[in-house]
Amino acid sequence: MSVIVPEAGLPTTKRFDRETLALGAQKYGATVVLALLVVIGTIAFPTFASVSNVSNIATQSSFLVIVAAGMTFVILTGGIDLSVGSVFALGGVLAAYGSTFGSVEALLLPLVACGVIGMIQGFLVAYVGMAPFIVTLAGLLGVRGIVFASTNAGSNTPIVSDLSFKAIGQETLFGVRWPVIIAIVVIIVGTVLLTRSRGGQSILAVGGSESAAALMGVAVARIKFSVYVVSGLCAGLAGALNAAYSSSGVPTVGAGLELSAIAAVVIGGTLLTGGRGNLISTVVGVLLLSVIQNLINQVGSLSSSVQSVVSGLFLAIVVIVQTILSRTQRL
Amino acid sequence: MAYLQQYGVYIAIVLLLMYNAAFTSNFISVDNFRTQFIQMVPVLIVALGMALVIGTQGIDLSGGAVMALAAAVIPLYIGYGLIPAAAMAIFAGCLIGVANGAMIAFIGVQPIVATLALMVAGRGIALVVANEQLKSVTNPTILSLGRNSIVGVPYSVLVAVILVAVVALLVNRTTFGKQLVAVGGSRRAAELAGLPVKRILMTTYILAAALAAVAGIVATARLGASVPSTLGNLIELSAITAVVIGGTPLTGGKVKVVGTVAGALLLQLIAATLIKNNVPDAYSQITQAVIILIAVYIQRGKLAVR
Repeated sequence: MSVIVPEAGLPTTKRFDRETLALGAQKYGATVVLALLVVIGTIAFPTFASVSNVSNIATQSSFLVIVAAGMTFVILTGGIDLSVGSVFALGGVLAAYGSTFGSVEALLLPLVACGVIGMIQGFLVAYVGMAPFIVTLAGLLGVRGIVFASTNAGSNTPIVSDLSFKAIGQETLFGVRWPVIIAIVVIIVGTVLLTRSRGGQSILAVGGSESAAALMGVAVARIKFSVYVVSGLCAGLAGALNAAYSSSGVPTVGAGLELSAIAAVVIGGTLLTGGRGNLISTVVGVLLLSVIQNLINQVGSLSSSVQSVVSGLFLAIVVIVQTILSRTQRL
Repeated sequence: MAYLQQYGVYIAIVLLLMYNAAFTSNFISVDNFRTQFIQMVPVLIVALGMALVIGTQGIDLSGGAVMALAAAVIPLYIGYGLIPAAAMAIFAGCLIGVANGAMIAFIGVQPIVATLALMVAGRGIALVVANEQLKSVTNPTILSLGRNSIVGVPYSVLVAVILVAVVALLVNRTTFGKQLVAVGGSRRAAELAGLPVKRILMTTYILAAALAAVAGIVATARLGASVPSTLGNLIELSAITAVVIGGTPLTGGKVKVVGTVAGALLLQLIAATLIKNNVPDAYSQITQAVIILIAVYIQRGKLAVR
């Protein structure tokens, strides 16, 4: 949230220019790359900009957007949540179980359970003082274990039986699929919370400097606790929507999702050290990953292994550029 | 509490052994222990490298990808014999270590993101190298590395024992070991003391990758096949767990080699105990999660005391 104000009356110096450039690149770099890729994709592949392809990209991205939104909150406090992939799977399985009772249960059951998992993790991080990496690593293993234990080692795939719950995943409103609309709502609500509420400002303060935030009177532990609950809720919601979309709660789904979410947040420009970033950047990060994947699919001859090479290298390039840029700003 | 912090892993191992001696049939036998040791070798070797990296206050998520790359490279060179193929596999793994190290040491990228990028890209590269194919390995020398023993000790276990000894010596008896721990304790202080911090970090990540590559070779020898698509998938998580429950703090500045061996052994024993008592694998994951939390909780106490 640093704002650079040139000293009045002085001609802008070369250093100032470099700093603005660096800040701008950090803030809008991902958006520019995304725009370029979209232009290239539209020119190179006639099917890229087609309604069905765009709608595909949007739907595919919507689940990751919701998960990555929760992850952004956690990362903004300087933490990390490795459990989201497993929580995503749990959300899906529970939604499918819940759908045998009705559509409300199908949505409530995963949200409550995943919220509780977020609370346990948040408690261990915020009040017991354990490292987020380890707590959520245990969450990754433990929650996946719970998913497998409750589905006979992953061999049972509960089917979504409730029709109105299925509709949440598959029906459209004005041609837009519901998961996309829900993802947009999550981003809007999250952004308002982050930028316009006291809690949101506290999150940024905690990420910026925990001790400074504590001195200012921010309830640091409560803030840290709440971001893990938010992340658990987001992952559970995304998992439930995915179950509605695919009509089943697949126990193996979401493996490695935490890595995609972290990658999306970082690519968007949110610093892993916390204190700076926003949800819109995360959306851009998710879209970048999805568009790259889609472009590689459009080429057709490239295999999925090439896709992971490209995604990995892309992530590497982004973080290298970001690190160099943030170094420039410190000068 | 201090006693628990120091010897918790060993106590847990002894308790598990006692439980199995009493209740699990056919657990305390030479054959079973040989099997358990063989199974834990890949995790142990990756964990050794992980302990070094964590000692510098870093983390390495790319171990599994390096194993896959090593596995993918072996069939390309196995025609020249085991030694050249192993050398090429380790060399290829080291290249990933170089990439990790360069990003972390020289550019200053956070270890978790840098190695995450190579975890994703590395497995992709392994699959590209292998043309996305599973290849069976038929060279008798490499198969004997996976299957034969010398005076009752399987070759793969022997490799692990030698590597444990080498890493223990490296950490406790060499200048590099002291420097590594110093960097982990406080990078700034190490820099001010005139240590070549960047070179130390670079070397550490290359060593971790080389060790992971050896793990990939041993695992391939054991399987008798090169399986780059799944080999070592998420092994880094088990390795981190082994290191942490072995008493090496994630905050760096300390490397416990023997503790890491004990950590890997404990994980293996837990899995074996549950399997032998017909407890589904899912519960072993949950148990593993609980044990990580307990171990870190106990360690947290140590930090507070200090």
